[in-house]
Order: sequence, then C-alpha cells, then structure tokens
Amino acid sequence: MSSDVRFIDFKSDKQPTWCPGCGDFGTMNGMMKALAQTGNHPDNTFIVAGIGCSGKIGTYMHSYALHGVHGRALPVGIGAKLANPELEVMVAGGDGDGYSIGAGHFVHAVRRNVDMSYVVMDNRIYGLTKGQASPTSREDFETSTTPDGTNQTPVNPLALALSAGATFIGQTFSSDARGHTEVVQKAVEHDGFGFVNVYSPCVTFNDVDTYDYFRDSIVDIGETDHDPADRDAAIERVTEGGTEYTGVIYQDPDSVPYEQREGIEDNMAEIPDGAPDDAMDLVREFY
Amino acid sequence: MPDDLNWAIGGEAGDGINSTGKIFAQALSRAGRHVYTSKDFASRIRGGYTAYKVRTSVDRVESVVDRLDVLIALTERTIDENTDELHDGSVIIYDGERTSMQDVEIPENMFGLDVPLKRLAEDAGGAIMRNVVALGAACEVVNFPIEYLDSSLSKRFSDKGTAIVENNQQAARLGQEYTAENYDQDYDYDIETTDEDYVLLNGDEAIGMGALAAGCRFYSGYPITPATDVMEYLTGRIDQYGGKVVQAEDELAAINLALGAARAGARAMTATSGPGIDLMTETFGLVAATETPLVVCDVMRAGPSTGMPTKQEQGDLDMLLYGGHGEIHRLIVGPTTVAECFWKTIEAFNLAERYQMPVFLVSDLALAVTEQTFSPDTFDMDEVEIDRGKIMESDDLDAWVDEKERFQPHFPTADGISPRTFPGTDGGAHMTTGLEHDSLGRRTEDTEVRVEQVDKRQRKVDTAREQEEWDWREFGDPDADTLVVSWGSNEGAIREAIEFLAEDDIDIRFLSVPYLFPRPDLSEAVEAAETTVVVECNARGQFANLLERDVFQQVERINKYNGVRFEADELAAEITDVLRPQEATTQ
Repeated sequence: MSSDVRFIDFKSDKQPTWCPGCGDFGTMNGMMKALAQTGNHPDNTFIVAGIGCSGKIGTYMHSYALHGVHGRALPVGIGAKLANPELEVMVAGGDGDGYSIGAGHFVHAVRRNVDMSYVVMDNRIYGLTKGQASPTSREDFETSTTPDGTNQTPVNPLALALSAGATFIGQTFSSDARGHTEVVQKAVEHDGFGFVNVYSPCVTFNDVDTYDYFRDSIVDIGETDHDPADRDAAIERVTEGGTEYTGVIYQDPDSVPYEQREGIEDNMAEIPDGAPDDAMDLVREFY
Repeated sequence: MPDDLNWAIGGEAGDGINSTGKIFAQALSRAGRHVYTSKDFASRIRGGYTAYKVRTSVDRVESVVDRLDVLIALTERTIDENTDELHDGSVIIYDGERTSMQDVEIPENMFGLDVPLKRLAEDAGGAIMRNVVALGAACEVVNFPIEYLDSSLSKRFSDKGTAIVENNQQAARLGQEYTAENYDQDYDYDIETTDEDYVLLNGDEAIGMGALAAGCRFYSGYPITPATDVMEYLTGRIDQYGGKVVQAEDELAAINLALGAARAGARAMTATSGPGIDLMTETFGLVAATETPLVVCDVMRAGPSTGMPTKQEQGDLDMLLYGGHGEIHRLIVGPTTVAECFWKTIEAFNLAERYQMPVFLVSDLALAVTEQTFSPDTFDMDEVEIDRGKIMESDDLDAWVDEKERFQPHFPTADGISPRTFPGTDGGAHMTTGLEHDSLGRRTEDTEVRVEQVDKRQRKVDTAREQEEWDWREFGDPDADTLVVSWGSNEGAIREAIEFLAEDDIDIRFLSVPYLFPRPDLSEAVEAAETTVVVECNARGQFANLLERDVFQQVERINKYNGVRFEADELAAEITDVLRPQEATTQ
C-alpha cells in the first residue's frame, strides 16, 4: 500500500446531502485528514456508521465501510477490529446513535478498550427526523416532541465515558479544522479506544447550540494548565459544568488495548481448506 | 432382563447431580456401551428438584423411555417425582442416615438400599464425595466393573491432582464394598462391556466442535440457557486456532459483533435461544441486505417470553422463517441428532459464505442437554469440506469494477452471488449499507436499481434451492401407509417408536427433515401415504402448518408442549391413537 496517502483519497465521489453549513462537513474532513496523516489507506480502513445524519458518512468517504443499524455501529467496529487487528477501524455516529439508542454499547465499548476510534457528531438534536430532542439537548430545549423542554438532565458523554473507564477522551469543534483534526489523529494513534465528542452544529434545527454559541463558549483545554494524564483533573473538568472544553481531556498513557490483553494477533479471515490438522484431538477430548 | 438399563441420580439443584451423572455416563461410554442422557428439572412440582438420567445399552440408544431401573435418590422427593417410571424390582439407593431421608418409604415391590453415603465419603476424605459413594454402590448393583468408574473419575478430577482422584476412587470403592457386604440380593443386572471406543458429547458441544472444524474464528454471544454450552465449549478452544469468544453486553451487540467480524472476513457465529433471537432480529435484515455470511444459532427452549427456560420446545420456527420487517432472505438448517449438530454447523458456514446471507442453525434444548455416545469416526475431520464462496483477491478485481474502476460488491450476477472482498484487499474498498443500495453498495432509491437488487438477492435463494440437496433423512418402511414427518430432536424417539410399533405390526415411513428453508418437497411422500402425522414439540404445529401449505393437504398432528421431550414408548402409543379412528372408519 502507498505510504503517501492524501486525505482526498478517503473521499468518495458522492456529494454529501447534509444541509449547507452543517458541522458534519468539517467533522468528516478532519476524520479523513487524521486517517491520512496516520499513514492509513482506504483499503486498510474500516469505517462503521450508525443511523442519522452522521450515518451517511460512509457514503461520502472512500474506504471499506458499513452503514448499519441505529445505535449498533460500535459492536460492528469492535467485531471487525478483533477479527483483523491490522485494520484501522473508525466508528462514526451521532448523539442519538451513541448516547440514546446505542448508549449501552457506548459504555461497554469504552470498557472494552479496543484499539479503534469513535467520533460522535454531537449536534444536540435529531436532525434527520426534522428536529426532536436528543439525549444531549438542554433541559429547557423546546422541540416538536418536547414543547416544554426535555425536563431531563442531558447526558454528559465525557463523564459517562470516564466513569466507564475510558482511556482517551477528546472533544472538538467541527469548524476548528486544525484542532479537530489533531485530536482525532491522537484518538487514532491512541493505544485503545479513542473517543472524540465533536460539537457539530445543526444549522437547520438547533438554534441554541449554534456556531456562535460554541465560538463564544469553548475553552481550549490545551491552553490551561490541565494535564491530560491526570484522571482526577479530567473528572473535575468534565463534571464542573458551564464550560465547553475542547482538546484531549484525558489520555491514559498506560492504556493496553483489549486485543493485546486477550492475545489476539491473527487475521481471522485466514483459515485452512479443511478442518484444522489436529482436529481429531477435539473429538478425542470427549472420550 | 431388558437390553437397556435406565439409571438416574436425583436431588436438589446444587447437589452436584449433573456432574455425578456425567461421570457415570462417561464410565459407561468408556466401557464401550452406548449412552443417551437427559435432564429433569422439576417436572411436576416447582422447586429445586433436578435429575440426570442415563439410558445405556450395548446397542445404540436414541431416546428416553418411561422406565427407571436404578435410582440414586438424594432426596425423598426424587422418589416421588419418579413414581411412574419406577417399576417392580427397581433399585433405589439412598442415605438413611441423612435426617431428611430417615423416614423415607421404599415402595414394597422395589429394593431400597440404605447406604451411608455421607459417612463413607467422610471416611474417604470428605463428605463432598457422597455422590461418588453412590456411584460405587450403583456399580455393585448392576455388576459394572468399577475400573471404568475409576477411569471416568480420573478424567473428571485429574486437573485437581492425584490425591483428589484417588480419594474419589476410594469413595466409590467404599460404596461398592458396603453394598456388597450389606445387600446380598441379585438384581439381575449384568452390565456388559465391549471394546468399542466411544466419545460422549451433547448437541451444544457438537455445534461448538463443528464451528471449530469449519474454521469459525469469531464467536460472540450473551449467556442464555440452553445455548451457553456452545460459548463455554468454544471459550479457550477457539484461541488455539487464533480465534476468540467475546461475551457481549446483550444479544443486540452479540450479532453486530459477529457481523463486524464477518465483514472483516472471519467465519463468525453467535448462538442464543428464543429471547436472544428476539433482540437479534433487529439485525437480521442488515445481515441479509449487506449480503454478509453469518451463522446464527437458535437453541430453542419453551416460550413465549421467559417461558420455561430449562424446558424443551420447538416453538421458534415461525419466527426464524418470518422474523424481521421487510423481506429478509435467509436459509434455515435444523440438525435432528447430536451428531448432526456437528455436520449441520459445518454446512451452515459453507452455505452462509456460498450464498452470502444469514443462515439460521436451529437446535433445541433436548439436543443441547443430551449427552450421547458416538464412534469417533462419526466426526471424521477428513470429511470436513470448506467452501468460502466468491472471495476475491486484488488480482481478481478487474472483472468486477465499474467504468470508474470502482469495485462492485453487490454486482447483480446471473446466480445472484456477487464477488466479495475483505478489508485489507487492495482495490476492493467499498461500502455497504442496510439502506437499499446499488452495485457499489451506495444508497439508492432508484426504482430500477431497487428491483434489480431485490431480484439479485432472491436469485441467491433460487440458486441455493437448485444447487443444494435439501434432503430428508428416511427411516422405517418406505412402502408403509403411515407417514411420520418431524424436525429437530424428535428423530431419535420416533425411530425407537417405529420399532415398538413394528412389534404391533404397524409399519411406518418416517422422514426427519433437517432443512426448514428451503426444505425438501414432501408432496409425493404425503400423497403416497394414507395418513401423514407430523410430530413436533409445540402447540400450534408450526411445521405441520408449513407442510399443509406445501402439499395442499391436511395432516394429522402430534404436539407436545408440556416442556418435556417425546419418549419413544409414549410416542408409539400416540401414533397408534392417531391411526385407530381411521382403522375404525375403514372397517
């Protein structure tokens, strides 16, 4: 495989149907750049996406890809990575896909710590179904299905991941091309489950969590004295509320991926033409 | 003296019933005797009663019968539970020193052997071995050479060290000696041994072993009775071949993990029971639409809902045939014996990859928990064939790209089967999706492409229908007027029932059907028969309904849905009943 892959090689010739101005354009560009800059190739990369606006990403990128069932992208990605650890596996999804219908898989994917990355396009709204509350919508966010607000505490994805034992937590803003790409790249390079929550504004249905809002609120954690290796400090940052941090918020430098702990090395696609040579031993075990 | 011996140990859950029963079954197997086992979990009264039953003979045994010759009763209730099966001259071994067993009443016509199981076990090194003392006593009763029990105990406990093995062997000796010294009765049992080498395994283990033989390298699952043994069998063993078992957070994840592994090129499978199939159904359509080879095993148990989790039923057929929204292409294979669990698993993997679609492997609790003896060459690994279907390497791709040099994973070929590349194959990058897609795997709502892709997927089923032999297994008299049809684990009981019926001059032609979709055409057989009887463990007659629709003719039904598998003698009586009114009308 060629080593001088450009990010454009990860782009398909299919034009995105996202609304003009959608945060997902920037999110996807960053993903493609991160993959190219980490020496990956479309033929060696497996992208999995769920359902929602974010789910379309596999169509607009060029690689091996599967667009699956709502909320179940993570287990598909984990299965592919364990079956062939040589692959670069990246899972993409939205806040509904990852934190609502797929919340169970999110927690367990974090716990399992397989060496892959997970990029969530968090726009705090359900866009594809035309504007209903998402698990990260604000408590007072009025939508067609929550006319009086959600009256529920929003999911805090970073805190959720940390409490599940995350080894890498990043957060980015889709229009901060350089910052976003850098963090996704670190997530790809991380030895374990690299989780990145991306503020990816919906210009059509969310008039609260807008570009302007994020531009005004975001604090680059790299410009503070925060140490990403300090888990206690990370817990404080992600639970203090009121501040939208971007950057690498936590990274466990001693992370050992699940597949290494489990001794998974082989490409499971390669099998003999018949039963294994010593297969009669399996029968004799029952003697 | 009958040719077969029916033996059981019963007590409370937690008494080590299963492991003790298995030790005895293994000893018989090592003595060159055939064994067929079953498990009782509280058949009449709710509670902790459990029993492990062994039917053994020098000849093959394929089912349970309604008769118990020797019973080790750890509780009084064990005797009550088996009153109907016990008979004149049955032997009951119990520990009269156990407080709860002091007042136990042995029916007058039976032999009660009061053996101080716990005390003798303590003499041998620990009360925990009291069941083994009882096994020693049982050896004495049926004149079974205790060396085979030694050998089985050694297999069971060797990983715990020589001392434990020897203590257990000593415990068995004490039980045997005590019985010989205190009970001088000749019970007229003489367990013949042979030089045959047999292996002893259950249906779940056979499925697991079949998966390994077939090159399955990835298994994901969520524990559920009675499918967990598949997962436990594979755990550790699959690692020796570079594979892995992954315990998922739920069945939704289990099937999606397996799907991911299959997309990466691994032969992947998941096994579950009805409640898990409910959850996995969400992903069936995705597997079919993305044309991913996947083996999904359903070890059926009694439903609906939580139903009776440790009880036999064949109630999932409709769900496996029709489950999921939209029209989902699938193949359904259903082994009818423990040995067939092995071979059909291998076939399921080949079918899945050959036709790039989900294959349901449907088994049932009776197969899953039955330990049965086989000659090792029943599982001749040299006979295992692997067909991976249309897998493309980089060099093959030129023939399968479009005008823009893009690989077409869903190209509508004549037989419907498209080329397949795994991630890592240069030039083969493509996406696929549960959305309707074009030959490139990209979303489309184009009406012509939609029809082209639906037709292409259907063509795979047509091709499979033509290329494969969707055979039945035939037994009995091919010219008999009475045709019995069944699927799943009932095969063994029906085969024995045929022998019982032959004694009453009732001839039966029996077709055991291991393919549910596509399935063999039984029209001619049904037409040729005067009476067709479909035997199955469910209330509605799901297979009978299918057959009636296939052959446009009504069939008789024997349905059992109390949670207990068919017994051969019971089944013979039921078949006789079905035939009786017809005889009356023809007279």
